[in-house]
Amino acid sequence: MSLAALLVLADGRFPAGGHAHSGGAEAACKAGRIHDAATLEDFCRGRLHTAGLTAAALAAAAALGLDPAVLDAAADARTPSPALRTAARRLGRQLLRAAWATWRDPGLERLAAAFPRGAHQPVVLGVTARAAGLGPLDAAHVAAYESVGGPATATVRLLGLDPFEASGVLARLAPELDAVAARAAEAGRRALLDGPEALPAASSPLLEIAAEVHAGWPVRLFAS
Amino acid sequence: MHLDHAVAHTHRYTHSAEPLRADGTRRALRIGLGGPVGSGKTATVAALCRALRTDLSMAVVTNDIYTREDAEFLLREAVLPPERITAVETGACPHTAIRDDISANLEAVEELEEAFREHAPLDLILVESGGDNLTATFSRGLVDAQIFVIDVAGGDDIPRKGGPGVTTADLLIVNKTDLAPHVGSDLGRMARDAAEQRGELPVAFQSLRGPEGVAPVADWVRARIAAWTVR
Repeated sequence: MSLAALLVLADGRFPAGGHAHSGGAEAACKAGRIHDAATLEDFCRGRLHTAGLTAAALAAAAALGLDPAVLDAAADARTPSPALRTAARRLGRQLLRAAWATWRDPGLERLAAAFPRGAHQPVVLGVTARAAGLGPLDAAHVAAYESVGGPATATVRLLGLDPFEASGVLARLAPELDAVAARAAEAGRRALLDGPEALPAASSPLLEIAAEVHAGWPVRLFAS
Repeated sequence: MHLDHAVAHTHRYTHSAEPLRADGTRRALRIGLGGPVGSGKTATVAALCRALRTDLSMAVVTNDIYTREDAEFLLREAVLPPERITAVETGACPHTAIRDDISANLEAVEELEEAFREHAPLDLILVESGGDNLTATFSRGLVDAQIFVIDVAGGDDIPRKGGPGVTTADLLIVNKTDLAPHVGSDLGRMARDAAEQRGELPVAFQSLRGPEGVAPVADWVRARIAAWTVR
């Protein structure tokens, strides 16, 4: 693997559309569940161990070469909220555009042909990692990091939270991020042998419900 | 999977904005409109739609700060049918969505092109940025030309201050010239400062309430379309 390629893919400036999504942070801020660094950390920890773990395992499995169609169906089954499924597919489509323009890999082209409306973002992320010469653990790390990095950045914009505090939250979560990524990569390897049932299905009911409510707001800053 | 589908997808997932598509047809000209809050971007877009919609097949993409305000204004004013107006959500950063990470806007543009491709291929897509600061410019990967809209009430020193929008936009509109006497803005000074910052690039002094209205800007757009179709 190339450590530098990993940095390119994980960089928040990689133009794949993520900046318009808060990962549920906008709904949580409005509801008062996130109001400072400590509550942001609680939110991120919850998201990391639920949606983050599930996304990381899907990404790891895709990076290992599991059939993206099987994984996309597995992602659907693990995402009860229609609004979140739509957001995940849109982000997948945007990531695929950026990835194809960046790495020009035939695997990415096949994925684009098979999913004209977009595949779930973690699946595209895994295929992209593979195209960039990265492994399943790398893909899992990126997915896990995105699951908390997005809400942290969004909270800085939504609440005017001190950006140094937001970075501190992410740094404190780093050991847990490593552990989640390792567990996800292991689940991806098991899925290679036992099928998608081996992937974790750790959804968070409150994230799913809040996403549905958020999608109905007439005025909002983030797309999800 | 049909072959024609595969070709369409290949096109979609390339980032290039070549004038001609793989099948030889020409895509629409894309013009971005940026500028500070309240300078009259949406009003200019609405006026352009009214002036050009009988001659051109047009669509509009808006990038609202609070998602749908500008799109809803255009819909209320009925300047175009609803299927020709798309709102892109920008996560509180309209300048990111038009410059640093243009993926959502490219999708919106391509979806509009695709929707009208068979029956009324689009000639022109206007991409309106949400109100932002003087440094907000469009990526060349998203638009072919850009218009920067400022107004006389925002202070007659804005052209002198420059910045990427004022300095590099393909057309600078100084809007609401009818207000100049009321806010003490010196139009002559604005014109001199703009010329100094912009060299040969054009400046349009506009009052949508005056007799000319949007006509000079509409003429500029028509000239861009004419140049585009012979490329």
